[in-house]
Amino acid sequence: MTSVSIKDLSLNFGEVKVLKTLNLDIGDGEFLVLLGPSGCGKSTLLNCIAGLLDVSEGQIFIKGRNVTWEEPKDRGIGMVFQSYALYPQMTVEGNLAFGLKNARVPKDEIDRRIARAAEVLQIEPLLKRKPAQLSGGQRQRVAIGRALVRDVDVFLFDEPLSNLDAKLRAELRVEIKRLHHRLKNTMIYVTHDQIEALTLADRIAIMRNGIIQQLASPHEIYNKPVNLYVAGFMGSPGMNFLEGAFAPQGASELSFGVTRVPLERYPFVSDERPGKVIFGIRPEHVTCGPAAESEPFNTEVEIEVVEPMGADTLVWAILDGREFRFRVDGQSQLREGDRVRIGFDPAKASIFDAATELRL
Amino acid sequence: MVDLSAPTSAPLATAPSRTEAGPSGRKPRRSISRANIFLYGTLIVFALYYLLPLYVMIVTSLKGMPEIRMGNIFSPPMEITFEPWAKAWSTACTGLNCDGLSRGFWNSVQILIPSVVLSIAVASVNGYALANWRFKGADTFFTILIFGAFIPYQVMLYPIVILLREMGLYGSLTGLVLVHTVFGMPILTLLFRNYFTSMPEELFKAARVDGAGFWGIYFKIMLPMSLPIFVVAIILQVTGIWNDFLFGVIYTRPDLYPMTVQLNNIVNSVQGVKEYNVNMAATILTGLVPLTIYFISGKLFVRGIAAGAVKG
Repeated sequence: MTSVSIKDLSLNFGEVKVLKTLNLDIGDGEFLVLLGPSGCGKSTLLNCIAGLLDVSEGQIFIKGRNVTWEEPKDRGIGMVFQSYALYPQMTVEGNLAFGLKNARVPKDEIDRRIARAAEVLQIEPLLKRKPAQLSGGQRQRVAIGRALVRDVDVFLFDEPLSNLDAKLRAELRVEIKRLHHRLKNTMIYVTHDQIEALTLADRIAIMRNGIIQQLASPHEIYNKPVNLYVAGFMGSPGMNFLEGAFAPQGASELSFGVTRVPLERYPFVSDERPGKVIFGIRPEHVTCGPAAESEPFNTEVEIEVVEPMGADTLVWAILDGREFRFRVDGQSQLREGDRVRIGFDPAKASIFDAATELRL
Repeated sequence: MVDLSAPTSAPLATAPSRTEAGPSGRKPRRSISRANIFLYGTLIVFALYYLLPLYVMIVTSLKGMPEIRMGNIFSPPMEITFEPWAKAWSTACTGLNCDGLSRGFWNSVQILIPSVVLSIAVASVNGYALANWRFKGADTFFTILIFGAFIPYQVMLYPIVILLREMGLYGSLTGLVLVHTVFGMPILTLLFRNYFTSMPEELFKAARVDGAGFWGIYFKIMLPMSLPIFVVAIILQVTGIWNDFLFGVIYTRPDLYPMTVQLNNIVNSVQGVKEYNVNMAATILTGLVPLTIYFISGKLFVRGIAAGAVKG
């Protein structure tokens, strides 16, 4: 059963088309992350679902009900904002109760719901305080609580963790995930942070210029990006891209410069064999040292820069005159200027048409 | 770590200091320096320059006429008398009436309170609607309203006379209140719009998701957060309306003249002796209301101006 359904949705601000005939079906209890750089339209889409922006064309269904023209309060949604947006003059309790009072919920029911939300989010000791007396993490918890008490079907998160420091962000991320497991509500979560997307999502929708590029599970998005943009956007450090061409005798081999990579194991998704292609391999899919000998493709490279990052080390090398990054264990003793053998399995690679940028 | 094998390991208390000769620790500041003398000197001179007229007024208003005729306007009164104050308030003659400024004071109060309340109430809702609800044509409406602030008053004086006459309000306090409300609208709306625009938009969105409507958001969310800008608006309106002379003299009749017009009539009366002490006392009495407002809310005023007027 679908919980939120977006049909041919377009939004224009004057001449600027922010969302372009967008279609999206979100399942009941699903955690969907809208991921993309700033200005890609992800927050705009969320505001449309919430009813805070009027759409130009198309429809929005929530729980099978057409809510395209309905007020935010009637859509059965709760929303959490990046800047928390707590009402500064009210106590935490007042903040939680505000929406319920507007909906004329009876007093004892309000108390019951606040008590439950406070218990779930562990904010009971804070109920009598004002937002100014809370830390960033506590404020965001209260903001989540405000969505929680409304007893809604769909939770909307608009970059809720972006204002927090790295440590708190990691803590609250896990908490949101726990919350989802416990409540089993549909959640739509906007972020530009790919770690948040990968850790939280059941499915990720990667957006660019108002269009969804790929909608799939984190695993699939990471390993089988449908186009060059998605491949480059996901992953840090990013994927290695090498321009090359298929060998003349067919698609069994790819050549860039003097290097030749066998493609017998590569799972093609398309029958196209264009002249120029871009070969992508993630730094962590490259093996280094003696183990590389057993990979279908291996070669020797010279190390240019070594960047130790604690748990692992990123190595910048020169492969056939081009920059090539790979990741090794943090304990490795590689140094600048060393020559090492590296290898990888082309089955883990991605090949894109250089002209259309689509996956082959 | 202390090297235990070392023959001369000194006890901790007498460990040699590592600081060397030369600047160390807090930088000394001389309180009497050339820069400070210049700075405070300038400030004191300017403060005196602005305070001197007030001093002369207060001193003169406490003197009797014989003392004033001696001509030392800066000398303190030899014999303090409050008679000029009493006369200015209750017995000085303005035209036909001889009941002093008291009549004008109460007229001004009757003009001031409804004008301030009404103009701020309307302008704050205007500003809120313009900032947050972005209705169709909002920008055009705002431009026209702001344009109104730049039209010279003189152009509108006579049309308003006709307008008030047709409405049957010419010469009444209600008419004057209406004029003040309308003329305060452009600048106050600008003030409130800018203040509400500077508030986080997400707060407004959150309130909408929480089911609050136009008035609900205004009264429960926006109003409690806007104390500084309301103070600014109150100060602007109180001083502006209290000090108004032009509208008061044009749109009311003599027995409804506001305090400023009466003050003018006392000070500029051509017959009889010029009673400087009464004039000074009357002037101070008239200026007392705006002065009090400034003293009470000066701090909030600065805060509100900074919050509302700078951001566009």
